[in-house]
Amino acid sequence: MATNQSQHISQQFEKELQDIRSRVLAMGGMVEKQVSEAMEALVTGDADLARQVISGDEEVNKLDVSIDEECIQIIALRQPTASDLRLVTGILKTITDLERIGDEAARIARMALNLAEKDRPKKNYRELHALGQHVSGMLHNTLDAFARFDVDAALQVAHEDRQVDAEYESIMRQLMTYMMEDPRTISRVIDMMWSARSLERIGDHSRNVSEHIIYLVEGKDVRHLTVEKMEKVVKGGE
Amino acid sequence: MEAVNQQKNAARGIDIESMNRGPKLNMADEKTCIEIKDFNLFYGDAQALKDINLTIPRHRVTAFIGPSGCGKSTFLRCFNRMNDLIDNVNIQGQLLLDGEELNSPAVNVSDLRRKVGMVFQKPNPFPKTIYENVAYGLRLQGVNDRQTLDKVVEKSLKGAALWDEVKDRLQSSAMGLSGGQQQRLVIARAIAIEPEVLLLDEPASALDPLSTLKIEELIYELKEKYTIVIVTHNMQQAARVSDYTAFMYMGELIEFGATDELFTNPGKKQTEDYITGRYG
Repeated sequence: MATNQSQHISQQFEKELQDIRSRVLAMGGMVEKQVSEAMEALVTGDADLARQVISGDEEVNKLDVSIDEECIQIIALRQPTASDLRLVTGILKTITDLERIGDEAARIARMALNLAEKDRPKKNYRELHALGQHVSGMLHNTLDAFARFDVDAALQVAHEDRQVDAEYESIMRQLMTYMMEDPRTISRVIDMMWSARSLERIGDHSRNVSEHIIYLVEGKDVRHLTVEKMEKVVKGGE
Repeated sequence: MEAVNQQKNAARGIDIESMNRGPKLNMADEKTCIEIKDFNLFYGDAQALKDINLTIPRHRVTAFIGPSGCGKSTFLRCFNRMNDLIDNVNIQGQLLLDGEELNSPAVNVSDLRRKVGMVFQKPNPFPKTIYENVAYGLRLQGVNDRQTLDKVVEKSLKGAALWDEVKDRLQSSAMGLSGGQQQRLVIARAIAIEPEVLLLDEPASALDPLSTLKIEELIYELKEKYTIVIVTHNMQQAARVSDYTAFMYMGELIEFGATDELFTNPGKKQTEDYITGRYG
């Protein structure tokens, strides 16, 4: 059963559900900006921008707390069922993942601060930049899928996550050779590794959100499944 | 390692075994109590129930939900032929209790109602003592032996979770009990004659929240021994007490399934609209 588009008899309840939905999207937008600015700070060595991202995490945390509170209010006062219940629980989980993405963005910004003080490599963090682009795109698609309750787009995100994981592996191997070739780079490369790790985690959280979307739209639990199995469950009505 | 974990859990007062929720309910695994096939009911020209096919599983709680006038109470009343009392009622199709047709002329209606007890929205104790209310059914059957009656009255009142509250005043009038207590007394009266099926028509709608919870708790215990069919307007109540839920709308059975599933992921849009409180 797809999420319900018809109106509630209780207009107030309808409004409350609309409201948490839009606030999740607002939180998503904020997190998306945090990630892209953290990556920009890292690639360009912009320490001011990095500091701005670090302090910006506070706002994301506040939204996490307040949306959480609203969801609990709705459960206590409205006792939602069926698609409404799935929407509220789906949102509760989604904001946890978004909040973690915010944390990872702040972590990347801290690495950017460290790196801004060090010599810059010739390639100017090109590989991290590419991974960052990929992950940002994935996060963007996840939020679009949430806004439109689009199951196919959510599945696409799960596919993307596999590519991100592969890209991450290859960056790690590359960074390892740097350290072996020239031990003086170790301190810098470790910061790069942490950043790559954070990006990979953002990919995982995006995938989690897309699983929540599939649950709240279709009522099917697709967590902890391979992408193929996920598709089968969604398409096959298993 | 396993032993260490068990020790830790025991020390923390956790009993993992009892935490497992057990397998999900599945109609295919259930034993049939009542089977309804191609069932239609007319009040004069007006059709109140349309082509209903449904199996009510034994020793489970089945809830009927739906908006007013959808036919759920009419349907419930068919199970002990309460509709016989209404003129103009015309019935088609099969209604089988333990495989036997309920509406066949061979069925003795009194026997049937002994097998299929019913409790109504408003508690209706007789203006007699608490004791006599519970003993009434047995006295009708000709049982007058004091010891037998004492035993059954105690057992039934305990079964209806009322014993502790009334054991010291069994000879006072039932009319002096609170609404919630009266309702439990009526349930005690119904189970005193050990029916097979208990029909509950809005059993808690006239009660305060605490009495309601007591009745719900009672329903949970009663299903060990009886097959329970409950009609309720309170959807949260249906969700809490029932194992299976049937959603009815305009005389039709729209959806029937395990309650867990129906309330989290209903299959039909009409069900979804009703349980989430939307315009149909």
